[in-house]
Amino acid sequence: MNPLKTLTAAAVLLLAASGLAQAGAALNAIKERGFIKCGVSDGLPGFSYADEKGNYNGIDVDVCRAVAAAVFGDASKVKFTPLTAKERLTALQSGEIDVLSRNTTWTSSRDSAQGMNFTGVTYYDGQGFLVNKKLGVKSAKQLDGATVCVQAGTTTELNLSDYFRANKMKLTPISYDKSDESAKSLEAGRCDVLTSDQSQLYAQRIKLAKPDEYVVLPEVISKEPLGPVVRHGDDDWFDIVKWTLFVMVNAEDLGVNSKNVEEMKKSANPDVKRLLGVEGDKGKDFGLANDWMAAVIKQVGNYGEVFERNVGQGSPLKIQRGLNALWSQGGLQYAPPVR
Amino acid sequence: MAEPISTPVKPPFWNNPQVRAILFQAIALVVTVAFGLYVFDNTQTNLRRLGIASGFDFLSSPSGFDVVQSLIPYSPTSSYGRVFWVALLNTLLVSALGIVLATLIGFVIGIARLSKNWLISRLALVYIETFRNIPLLLQIFFWYFAVLRAMPSPRQSLSLGEAVFLNIRGLYLPAPEFQIGFGWVLAAFGLAAALAWLAARWARRRQRATGQQFPILSVSLALLLGLPSLTFWLAGSPLVWQLPELQGFNFRGGWVVIPEMASLLLALTLYTATFIAEIVRAGIQAVSHGQTEASLSLGLNSSLTLRLIILPQALRVIIPPLTNQYLNLTKNSSLAAAIGYPDLVSAFAGTVLNQTGQAIECIAITMTVYLTISLLISLMMNGYNRRVALVER
Repeated sequence: MNPLKTLTAAAVLLLAASGLAQAGAALNAIKERGFIKCGVSDGLPGFSYADEKGNYNGIDVDVCRAVAAAVFGDASKVKFTPLTAKERLTALQSGEIDVLSRNTTWTSSRDSAQGMNFTGVTYYDGQGFLVNKKLGVKSAKQLDGATVCVQAGTTTELNLSDYFRANKMKLTPISYDKSDESAKSLEAGRCDVLTSDQSQLYAQRIKLAKPDEYVVLPEVISKEPLGPVVRHGDDDWFDIVKWTLFVMVNAEDLGVNSKNVEEMKKSANPDVKRLLGVEGDKGKDFGLANDWMAAVIKQVGNYGEVFERNVGQGSPLKIQRGLNALWSQGGLQYAPPVR
Repeated sequence: MAEPISTPVKPPFWNNPQVRAILFQAIALVVTVAFGLYVFDNTQTNLRRLGIASGFDFLSSPSGFDVVQSLIPYSPTSSYGRVFWVALLNTLLVSALGIVLATLIGFVIGIARLSKNWLISRLALVYIETFRNIPLLLQIFFWYFAVLRAMPSPRQSLSLGEAVFLNIRGLYLPAPEFQIGFGWVLAAFGLAAALAWLAARWARRRQRATGQQFPILSVSLALLLGLPSLTFWLAGSPLVWQLPELQGFNFRGGWVVIPEMASLLLALTLYTATFIAEIVRAGIQAVSHGQTEASLSLGLNSSLTLRLIILPQALRVIIPPLTNQYLNLTKNSSLAAAIGYPDLVSAFAGTVLNQTGQAIECIAITMTVYLTISLLISLMMNGYNRRVALVER
């Protein structure tokens, strides 16, 4: 049960916070343990979703696998913990997980008062609305008086209130802990509208019994940069998670992917040589093996591969790259250079 | 001349049992306090190291989110502290209603369980054994996801005289709007209550003195209903009903009982009532059968026997375990979080905790509140228990 989990997490936080932890110890602890503890969502197709065999798939999952490839040279050295929106931040604060990769929005209060560090953006998203076609609603501005299902403890909950208040509309919010409960309530008619990040709406829709009866409204009411999060204060660990992400974006930029990575090692391009550990010692700087970046690309793939495989054309979601295209192709994905 | 008596050597102070007892207690106290201080200081240090804000300042910053049910005025611009009160009142509301309903149902079922009518006692037995043996959380899910989800959509609401509507969004009731002059009606009600009390006192005295009975129940009812109604009519009906109306997506106006609250209340009530029924049955059976026989042979009928002889004695046995059930019900109301009813655990220890990230503070406040509520209930029930307890002469 969730209250129980929250309580446990809080108790663990109290104990962890009162224990004697030292800065920079996170990376050593992880290396000693031999695997990464990664917090993911409790079931969101395309981002983190366990298939019938219990294997996790999705962008958020691949980020953790990439970090494992970086640290251990083996992408399978991850233990996934499914978390609800409400549990996730406490779980990270308390040290129950090493990294939270769970479509979590980067905000100022999470970065400051809540003691976290966002390592980058894996997916540029925005909040939208999913409604039943029968209602005949064409725009979010027509939602005055609607009952809206939303996940508790999210930025979505706050944006929703802001949006209705700014447009002087009456709102009845029903906040559930689990996204599945919201979806069930939308189907049953307990709420008129389901609101969430747009990517989630598409993912939720394919889980409904009759996806065709539902439509995503055109309005995007917020900025939702989603990315992995680590605890404040573990700088070495923070650097590794951050740069794992940058490596994947840089790899796409340089045309390196999981299939051609061995071949590209022979490339004359110095950028590619540095990325793949052929030249320089970029591994030592991070306290990792010299070819860790190559391992990430080989075992998990570059950003474009990960995107297409999980949410893009290679998946049932068929989401366009849009904002998530590389900067050179009109998107926002841009990584600092490896040098 | 006195013999020089060899005075016994005074034992050292640490061999004095009294001094020793105090010493050990003092050491235990110092160690406990020191440990508490150590944990507190360490927590503070480490929270600072992790860059997590601490303290209770967050309670005054604006919450920014809406809450579906609030007994006091609330908007997203209200503070987190306000959310706390909203959530606390929601918890108290569902607990208080649950306690009243569970007690009523429990007493009725408990007595029915002892009925000589085979069908009634068996039905009571089946009810008790079914609801007592299914986990409460499962029952909440049953009412919420199975029963109340089967209600029609707002446009196809079941309605009663175009005033009461039932649909998947809840039960919509007309809300009273008090006009000027309604104060007189309230005053009349107060007056009637005072008169009824005086009449009851007079009737009791007269019965004690002369043995004559007075139909006090019907007279009191007539007073309580008649006087306010008359005033209501004289004051020109100072009350209008605001009817719920279908506007756009939902009904607006009137009062609404949301399904989250209804299913939680149903489950809590029906579950706890089974335990209360068993307590009531045990309490009644604890009264010796000789009491009933004596009462019947004095000429009291069976309902008077139950009311005047058996229940007062049974209550002595019933009250202490009943208190436990009240405490259980209140604490069980925290399962609300599972279906999105905004109670203390769901809205405060859940949403507020998450939006602020101040887990330790939120959980500490919540635990303190539950402890306080439980202790208050115990205190009240213990007071009542002292009143009904056997006074030995």
